[in-house]
Amino acid sequence: MANKRIDEPTGTETVGHEWDGIEELNTPLPRWWLYTFYATILFAAVYVVLYPAWPMVESATRGTLGWSSRGDLANEMTAADMARQSVVERIAATDIEKLPADPELMQAAIAGGAAAFKVNCVQCHGAGAAGSPGYPNLNDDDWIWGGTLTDIEYTMTHGIRWEGAEATRANYMPAFQGMFEPAQVDALAGHVLSLSGKGRSSAAGAQLFADNCAACHGTGGEGASAMGAPALGDAIWLFGDTEAAVKAQILAPRHGVMPAWQGRLDPVTIKMLAAYVHSRGGGQQPAPAPAADPASDVAAAAKANTGG
Amino acid sequence: MEAVVRRLGVWALVLLASIAAIALTPDSGFAIHMGIVALVAVILIIATATSYDPLAKAQSIFKMPPGPSRYDDDVIRWGVIATMFWGLAGLLAGVFIAAQLAFPELNLEPYLNFGRVRPLHTSAVIFAFGGNALLATSFYVVQRTCRTTLAFPGMARFVFWGYQLFIVLAATGYLLGISQGKEYAEPEWYVDLWLTVVWLAYLAVFVGTILRRHEPHIYVANWFYLAFIVTIAMLHVVNNLAMPVSLLGAKSYSAFAGVQDALTQWWYGHNAVGFFLTAGFLAMMYYFVPKQAGRPVYSYRLSIIHFWSLIFLYIWAGPHHLHYTALPDWAQTLGMVFSVMLWMPSWGGMINGLMTLNGAWDKVRTDPIIRMMVLSLAFYGMSTFEGPLMSIKAVNSLSHYTDWTIGHVHSGALGWNGMITFACVYYLVPRLWQKERLYSLRMINWHFWLATLGIVFYASSMWVAGITQGLMWREYGADGYLVNSFVDTVAALHPMYILRAVGGLMYLSGAVIMAYNIWMTIAGHQRAEAAMGDTAHDAANDRPLARPLAPEPAE
Repeated sequence: MANKRIDEPTGTETVGHEWDGIEELNTPLPRWWLYTFYATILFAAVYVVLYPAWPMVESATRGTLGWSSRGDLANEMTAADMARQSVVERIAATDIEKLPADPELMQAAIAGGAAAFKVNCVQCHGAGAAGSPGYPNLNDDDWIWGGTLTDIEYTMTHGIRWEGAEATRANYMPAFQGMFEPAQVDALAGHVLSLSGKGRSSAAGAQLFADNCAACHGTGGEGASAMGAPALGDAIWLFGDTEAAVKAQILAPRHGVMPAWQGRLDPVTIKMLAAYVHSRGGGQQPAPAPAADPASDVAAAAKANTGG
Repeated sequence: MEAVVRRLGVWALVLLASIAAIALTPDSGFAIHMGIVALVAVILIIATATSYDPLAKAQSIFKMPPGPSRYDDDVIRWGVIATMFWGLAGLLAGVFIAAQLAFPELNLEPYLNFGRVRPLHTSAVIFAFGGNALLATSFYVVQRTCRTTLAFPGMARFVFWGYQLFIVLAATGYLLGISQGKEYAEPEWYVDLWLTVVWLAYLAVFVGTILRRHEPHIYVANWFYLAFIVTIAMLHVVNNLAMPVSLLGAKSYSAFAGVQDALTQWWYGHNAVGFFLTAGFLAMMYYFVPKQAGRPVYSYRLSIIHFWSLIFLYIWAGPHHLHYTALPDWAQTLGMVFSVMLWMPSWGGMINGLMTLNGAWDKVRTDPIIRMMVLSLAFYGMSTFEGPLMSIKAVNSLSHYTDWTIGHVHSGALGWNGMITFACVYYLVPRLWQKERLYSLRMINWHFWLATLGIVFYASSMWVAGITQGLMWREYGADGYLVNSFVDTVAALHPMYILRAVGGLMYLSGAVIMAYNIWMTIAGHQRAEAAMGDTAHDAANDRPLARPLAPEPAE
């Protein structure tokens, strides 16, 4: 059967079989190929001794190096924690309002906050903390719940309208659906927009605002961060600045939710996050001295700060 | 007559069952799928009852040579057309999802969002384009290298058309949102069962043909085809073991859970690459490269050693897809060392393909089909080096989950699988349609350069993107904190994603030129152009043997 012949161009003998005109040469294995193959097998043989490899009855062999992926991760995490330990301890021991007094420590806190922000906050507030409709911009000086380091830390710790967090910040603007005639809604929305110089105010609108809205939002729409009532006069809008958006918010207000980070993040990380957010440009200074009526005082302080 | 009645009865039962399923199911996607099955049954009933032969009608559209050929080539011609059609569809879907990644506004909800079109792309190029190429070439090669006709010609037709039904059910299912969520194994339980039937029929046809061969030995291409068919059957069945929630609904639950499910899935997924895209396509290489080059295979000994080492080692390498996961360390180690040992066995195929050109290297310059084959083998060598490299844990910790993996897959898929398939189709069409030559050899040249540039754009942009991504994810600042958020890395990759889409578009353009070339060849035209080299087809030699080495029987 075999019909061996010497192939002319290569000078190699064929195996002697033929399929549909295809023959095969009897070329020996290329040496470099064979030795590289042996080398990979040798590599494998050594590797399976050094590292966990052979499944036994109870567990697998551990390898002579004692390496494990969990152990490797734990070592790296420990090393990273050790490197940060002194800074973390100092931040933990420092009152948050005292942080700015130590610029080096404040800078370390901002750096840590920036990293934590990228992991935990950008999903809603955006990579540049600029927010999006429904999610506040954190770069401006408009603070719904207060913009001092203490306020921000409190908001992060307890969240906003977060079920299960007892001390969560919460307020609920009433829905005015069915209470106003359509014309009244138009007038009110016009007045609200006029506070930031956009819509047309009217006597009816101003009266409606004074009767229904001023109690929380302030007579001039300056807001009250102690109760989380947004300022309406600063042209910064959470749910949009069109008349339709304002009317929708009057008739059926949306109430945003922010998780309470207590229990998910450690207190130092929350403190660092507060430092980072405060540093974005709009952070406020605490009120100079405690007053008898803290609520109105905080509101006044907020007013003083946002006015600038 | 009795056979006609029996066949009518079977189709009517299928029709009744599918109508009942449509009426009873609460699942709209499942109902649409049963509608497709019912439609197929109706067409078959009409065709059987009226003796109307839609196939003959369609054959005349595609100008298939009339009458029986010496080999059973009818189903192969259909396979070539299906390869072209699904190839274009799959590449188009790929360009579309590449554009979606660069411009997310292109996510058209719900049917054309990335999550649904992505499996459409992967299945269309791997299983529809690649699968049809494998079906067609395996039937072509096994007949010629065994010098016999197909063992069960009717069953071979069933395999081809049944496989197309599988593709249609899988593809429509993805767009309707029917998926079992296993990568490259997304079709649900009933489509999996159908594919199992089709695949076992394929195995029967292939093994039957080998058993009636008129050659003393089985040619190496057939070893690879057989390894591919047998292993895919095993992988498909085991990975898709699942319990349907209801017999009248699409949803099912995997028989495995947690990390066992993940390991089963990647044992399947990796060997779909190993046995579908490597072993199967090496089989194509082992027939078409020596034929086109007109040279003997470089080394018979190498083919034996690299076949058995490839088959033995590949099946263990799957765990390297699960490095640094819940998979136990020992399994990760084994996945890695088997992948490293796989390097040389993989390269054995490249050496045997490239060195077959010894004594015919000048054809790389003159024969554009040979040039395509050489490029595909070069990409095969590159990606089978890159694969073991990426399986090493230290490298994998950088490359895993990044676009490097996508670049790796596409240098293999576009470079190796795509180019070798194009070359084989260019080889097959003039022979199957009994034409003197292709419509244009110079258009192959255009196709070659467009595709090559497309791959270069694609692979290099994804390498850069992947390494950028990997480095950004792990970057720690001096303060000991991560520097980048995930979305920072997405923004950084935007230009690379655009380049990738451009590369894909170039590759698709090459395939469009090919489709035109093939279409004109089938239509019987020849473009007036300056000659390029091509290996002549010896029609007298292209025939089966009735007895070993006996003259052709009178038919």
